[in-house]
Amino acid sequence: MESDFPILSALIVTPALGALVVMAMPARRPECVRLAGYVFSFAVLALAGWLLFHYEAGSGYQFVEREQWLGDLGVQYKVGVDGISLFMVALNALLFPIALFASANITERTKSFFAWMLALEAALMGVFLSLDLIVFFVFFEFVLVPMYFLILGWGHGRRTYAALKFFIFTMAGSAFLLVGVLVLAFLHSDHTGKLTFDLATLTAWAPEGLDPGAAKALFLGFFAAFAVKVPLFPLHTWLPDAHTEAPTAGSVILAGMLLKMGVYGFLRFSLPLFPQAAVDLAPLLLVLATIGIIYGAIVAAMQPNVKRIVAYSSVAHMGFAVLGIFALTTQGLDGGVFTMISHGLTTSALFLLLGMLYDRRHSYEVDAYRGLWKVMPVLGGLFCVAAFASIGLPGFSGFIGEFLALIGTFIVEKPYAVVGAIGVVFAAVYLLWVFQRTFMGRPTGENAKMKDIGFRELACVVPLLALSLFLGIWPKPVLDVIEPDVKEVIQQVERGSDYREPAPAFEDAPSGHDDGGHE
Amino acid sequence: MIGGGIDTGTRIVGPDVDFLAIGPVLALAVAALVVILVRAILRKRGPVNQISLGVGLAGVAAAGVLLGIQWNEVRDDGTITTIAGAVRLDTFGVFLGVVVLAATAMSLFLAASYLEREELEAPEYYALMLLSAAGMLTMTTANDLIVVFVALELLSIPLYVLAAFDRRRLSSQESGIKYFVLGAFSSAVFLYGIALTYGATGTTSLTGIADFLSANTLFEQGTLLAGLALLLVGLGFKVAAVPFHMWTPDVYQGAPTPVTAFMSSATKAAGFAALLRLLGVAFPLYRTDWRPAILGLAVLSLAVGSIAAVIQTDVKRILAYSSIAHAGYILIGLQVDTARGRQASLFYLLVYAFMTVGAFAVITVATRKGDDKHSLDDYRGLALRRPVVGGLLGFFVLAQAGVPLTGGFVVKLEIFSSAVDAGEYGLAIVGVLAAVVAAFIYLRIAVALFTSPGGEAADASEDRPVDRWTAAVLAVTTAAVLFAGILPGAWLTFAKDATFL
Repeated sequence: MESDFPILSALIVTPALGALVVMAMPARRPECVRLAGYVFSFAVLALAGWLLFHYEAGSGYQFVEREQWLGDLGVQYKVGVDGISLFMVALNALLFPIALFASANITERTKSFFAWMLALEAALMGVFLSLDLIVFFVFFEFVLVPMYFLILGWGHGRRTYAALKFFIFTMAGSAFLLVGVLVLAFLHSDHTGKLTFDLATLTAWAPEGLDPGAAKALFLGFFAAFAVKVPLFPLHTWLPDAHTEAPTAGSVILAGMLLKMGVYGFLRFSLPLFPQAAVDLAPLLLVLATIGIIYGAIVAAMQPNVKRIVAYSSVAHMGFAVLGIFALTTQGLDGGVFTMISHGLTTSALFLLLGMLYDRRHSYEVDAYRGLWKVMPVLGGLFCVAAFASIGLPGFSGFIGEFLALIGTFIVEKPYAVVGAIGVVFAAVYLLWVFQRTFMGRPTGENAKMKDIGFRELACVVPLLALSLFLGIWPKPVLDVIEPDVKEVIQQVERGSDYREPAPAFEDAPSGHDDGGHE
Repeated sequence: MIGGGIDTGTRIVGPDVDFLAIGPVLALAVAALVVILVRAILRKRGPVNQISLGVGLAGVAAAGVLLGIQWNEVRDDGTITTIAGAVRLDTFGVFLGVVVLAATAMSLFLAASYLEREELEAPEYYALMLLSAAGMLTMTTANDLIVVFVALELLSIPLYVLAAFDRRRLSSQESGIKYFVLGAFSSAVFLYGIALTYGATGTTSLTGIADFLSANTLFEQGTLLAGLALLLVGLGFKVAAVPFHMWTPDVYQGAPTPVTAFMSSATKAAGFAALLRLLGVAFPLYRTDWRPAILGLAVLSLAVGSIAAVIQTDVKRILAYSSIAHAGYILIGLQVDTARGRQASLFYLLVYAFMTVGAFAVITVATRKGDDKHSLDDYRGLALRRPVVGGLLGFFVLAQAGVPLTGGFVVKLEIFSSAVDAGEYGLAIVGVLAAVVAAFIYLRIAVALFTSPGGEAADASEDRPVDRWTAAVLAVTTAAVLFAGILPGAWLTFAKDATFL
């Protein structure tokens, strides 16, 4: 705070610069490209660490920078960070070095791969830091491009189809977001005479200034974009294809960061801007989220492809996040944000482990594997831990997030919480079942000759699982930072609608959950 | 009316001519005549082609300098009307003149090496392109329907020849004939529209029409409206708006690629110049009549341009359909009929010129000799084999798709903003949905570029090297499209200064 160093711009610019540097390197020297990629991504991680250290919980947007961009439209480059975006930024900074480190198997066109990855990191940073709706949209939309080329260039069998479907689905959703943003800003300018896309200005005006019908229409416009990204049932069909065909690093980022863009969008834009519409339409979101939880879990159990299993599990996990957020309670929102962080850690770990299996056998079919624990005990153990973390076993971060989301929902909407809780059980079914089928029993055929994982692979996965465990046991540092801003969102909703958050049933409710992980 | 006032006596007094106002046109026309003279004197001796190109570029440069002087003049001192009101020089005209001239310069650059490779070298090519550009510049400042018509013919007739310039290639001949027949037809329609408008108002001057209509109320509007409709048809043809677009795919596909680049950028700008002036200067009082017509043109262009492109497999045809869709976006800016809308349309024309010339520039060097192998299969794996060339084509198609951080996004943003600002939410939604549909086809190009061809390996030895001329065009267009996407401020101010009619 005390220094004037533009830390947030640095977070966006450093990876972008990295992409340019990588692009300028000779393609004949992949080792230099790799080194540059690591250096830049670790530099971003260091910057994010600095940010985490200097961030002061509970004082709104910090490190705000603003600069005029499109003068005639009043668009400004405005970035800032609060407790909700802080951990998205940190997760982003953490996942990219790991994803790059895990991409040793990328030997073709290494240079382009690293350049696209770094560009993707920059764009994602921009998404989570932007406080101007148009600039947010620019980053939100630009994310598609590197991801599209990552899937297309380094994906598996049906990558052309998957990449195209991914791009068109999400672009169709964001088309409505763009019109919605423009309509909102021009309605604001009609009333106040000032054309701006500044989130704070619009948030201050929209709840009072919009008429209810317009607010509802705009909420649905924003909903189209964010629901596709989450993805909410029934807009999720791009996700399994994209996940299955993407290279490992792509899957990690897709699950770890891209899906969060949707939930984050709901939290950051839909709730504060259209509180009454959000309250009125919350049942729709709750129903879709609950269907997603159950449907994702059931379909996951049926998949013959391990990557598809994890992909559908993401649908279920993101269902919990949306459920928590649209419960509109402090615990629910806490749980939603925490689930986003936790899902980023555990699902990324699962995809990394699956990628390691693929490197050895070039298959994602469940049937291809058997008895792996005997031949690769380390990987087996890690997979076991990752599966338990993902299921939400107490002691892991997944438990805290889903537990808080369910508690938060239970306070206001019991049926959804009850049905959602069944989804937790289903999660155990599909993940343990796949674990049983691939890692248990006697190794057959080629499975008997597989090599266990090496140090590099270990170094990729262990930090993620360790963090998940740490946050599962001691979530307080994270929750303490999230909570003030989550409360602020709820207050914004309460100010702009007839909704009132029910008083906590017991006195010290929020802190009471903090040690929910102690077992 | 053109021709100036006739004295009571027998002596005919010519109108005053402000040579600065027509300077750029004269520069191009003189350059074209010099090229023809050089050809006549030197015949085939000496470096006649190089000299022609040099003369042509000198003419363009001179015209550019004059446009710069004009810009400062009209921005500070206001509009210049000259030659008895037939020519009206304002910032709007200068702006579109700059677009036309930039497109002309880039097309000449592209032609330099293209003609050599295709063994089509002939100085006439440069002369024709310069004459066509002179017609376009005339169009941007025309303030009289007769002048518009003369400009229309001056820009079209050389283009008919240019489209058929590769006379040994059947598709080029087909392109020329189609363009000629339909172009002549549309000119006739336009001329008939002039006649009807003159019949209704007694003048062909654009400002005269507006004055007449504001001073008088017509008992019978049929003649005037029929005239306006025919004028719209004639110009709709030039800007390739649906339903007057039928010629576009065939002509774009068959014409030599530098000519296609020229047609899609410069001709479109000139056509829109006339359209904007006609609607904004002559018929502002009839906006309730023409706005629904433009709405129809815009929606149809967006829908047909985007949807019909999806089933195409030829890259040049795809870009032809996309140019129809782009005309739809520009028409949105016209339809809303606000300063913001006009600014957005002008900005769009400027940036689109760079996007489309860039794309066609890559196409001139991307495929083998013959300029007729442009199916998606011919482009398969291009980006893997030649990363820079293929990557640039990918960049330009993504820019046309409107991906953020390219100029293509900012221009669409401006267009949609103007629609939303005017309360045309439906039009904005049609626009964004058309962009989604169109993205599908642009991505198919990208897919082709980045997936390796199955079967026979591509023979790299036949690949054309990227020559200096084309490299220069690619550098300029890439820089312009990126610049417009990341730091569009200066460009927007430029377009804003040019919006008042």
